[in-house]
Amino acid sequence: MTTPLLAVRGLTMRFGGLTAVNSLDFGAERGQITSVIGPNGAGKTTVFNCITGFYRPTAGSIGLTHPDGTQYELQRLPGHRIARRARVARTFQNIRLFAGMTVLENLLVAQHNALMPHVASGLLAVFGLGGHHRAEIEAIALARHWLQRIGLLARADDPAGALPYGDQRRLEIARAMCTRPLLLCLDEPAAGLNPRESDELAALLKTIQGDGCSILLIEHDMGVVMRISDHIVVLDHGTLISEGTPDQVRADPAVIAAYLGEGDEDDLDAPGVVAA
Amino acid sequence: MTLLTLQGVTAYYGAIQALRGVDLEVSQGEIVTLIGANGAGKSTLMMTICGSPRARDGRIVLDGTDITGRPTHEIMHMGLAQAPEGRRIFARMSVHENLLMGAQVVKMRDYERTRDLVFTLFPRLKERQAQRGGTLSGGEQQMLAIGRALMSQPRLLLLDEPSLGLAPLVVRGIFSAIRQLNRETGLTVLLVEQNAFQALRLAHRGYVLVNGRITMAGSGAELLARPEIRAAYLEGAH
Repeated sequence: MTTPLLAVRGLTMRFGGLTAVNSLDFGAERGQITSVIGPNGAGKTTVFNCITGFYRPTAGSIGLTHPDGTQYELQRLPGHRIARRARVARTFQNIRLFAGMTVLENLLVAQHNALMPHVASGLLAVFGLGGHHRAEIEAIALARHWLQRIGLLARADDPAGALPYGDQRRLEIARAMCTRPLLLCLDEPAAGLNPRESDELAALLKTIQGDGCSILLIEHDMGVVMRISDHIVVLDHGTLISEGTPDQVRADPAVIAAYLGEGDEDDLDAPGVVAA
Repeated sequence: MTLLTLQGVTAYYGAIQALRGVDLEVSQGEIVTLIGANGAGKSTLMMTICGSPRARDGRIVLDGTDITGRPTHEIMHMGLAQAPEGRRIFARMSVHENLLMGAQVVKMRDYERTRDLVFTLFPRLKERQAQRGGTLSGGEQQMLAIGRALMSQPRLLLLDEPSLGLAPLVVRGIFSAIRQLNRETGLTVLLVEQNAFQALRLAHRGYVLVNGRITMAGSGAELLARPEIRAAYLEGAH
């Protein structure tokens, strides 16, 4: 059996007297879309914050294994190393774009790490020497590639803050992808999207998966989650209450009781969203 | 009886025109929903009713009183409350204090009764009364924003995407609570919701907003049955 991409073991996160995550174990396989679902306040975002270095866990380990076998203990790395070396990228529940920068600039900032070694050569670039110019051209090419994929190429020079909400969501994903991650962590990317936009988002995530990037997804839109997930992890009160395939999780009485609710004639979700 | 009337309302953010002459009516005891794509101006319309931004042209009348151009705090004393987009809770105040802030405009003797109603709706808020708003999870903050709006015992409640970030079970709870409050207390609701299907099933009437203009209006059932509505807002693009 191969080592999973991500192995969370005994993860615990306490804030004073509040235990947000309690000795949690779960894994995410390479090339898969793994979703994390659960009631509000179950600890989902806290888990993301531990994985991406925003929090230092109280206890436990978060192992990440690259395809070449290199292993990282994420709980020991500062956030910027998790992004750069371990190649884990994320988006946020509340969109955190640089609103005053242009769409293109947002994607170039994400490639700051790739451009950094070229600061010295940037000085040489004044005389037309060094690799800075080439690195910049590559960064712009990658940004253009992602703008094309999310359909925002025409708005490259508009301020990011002027985009409609759904476009900002996609731009945030593109920004994360510009760091060339192996694991993309998305915190409620479908929140605030209408059914059509949610569908487009699901399609985008499938193409990202197709490129070989693994995805960890927090999402309440069950239409999206059930359609694209390979594996689902269910949290409640900071602990694992269920995991499995979408069909297994959907049928689990514990998940129905804590999270999904009974399917009720009077309160159906949008057609095509639940059943699709 | 008409509780809220908008006539030819326009609103701008700087040079950008967000509302292009909106006409809309909400009667006493009605649930009215506003559907439309992201960027159509739904949230702007909700905020313009509250006076931020102020309407540049047109008239907004609340229960017979012209509130166009009135400052927000005065409008809030006239029986209107909003759970706004982005939640905007007071991050450094406790859950309890946030709810108190919502109750500023009403008599304190009603406080406990209304608070108990909010706690029945969102038991999680009761558990977390002493916790700072900013340390709540995203979904819990959404519950707090709705709870805070209810604390002012509004006659007209504006809800901007109440289901955002909430677990499916909680979303059902909120939709049934809106229906229940409407039936039992006659609460009037103007609702913006991405889940247009649920919103139209809940609402008595709906309006469709496209690029800052109302393009269609009708009963919830009428709008649900229209193929162009189904194509644009209800079905995915697959």
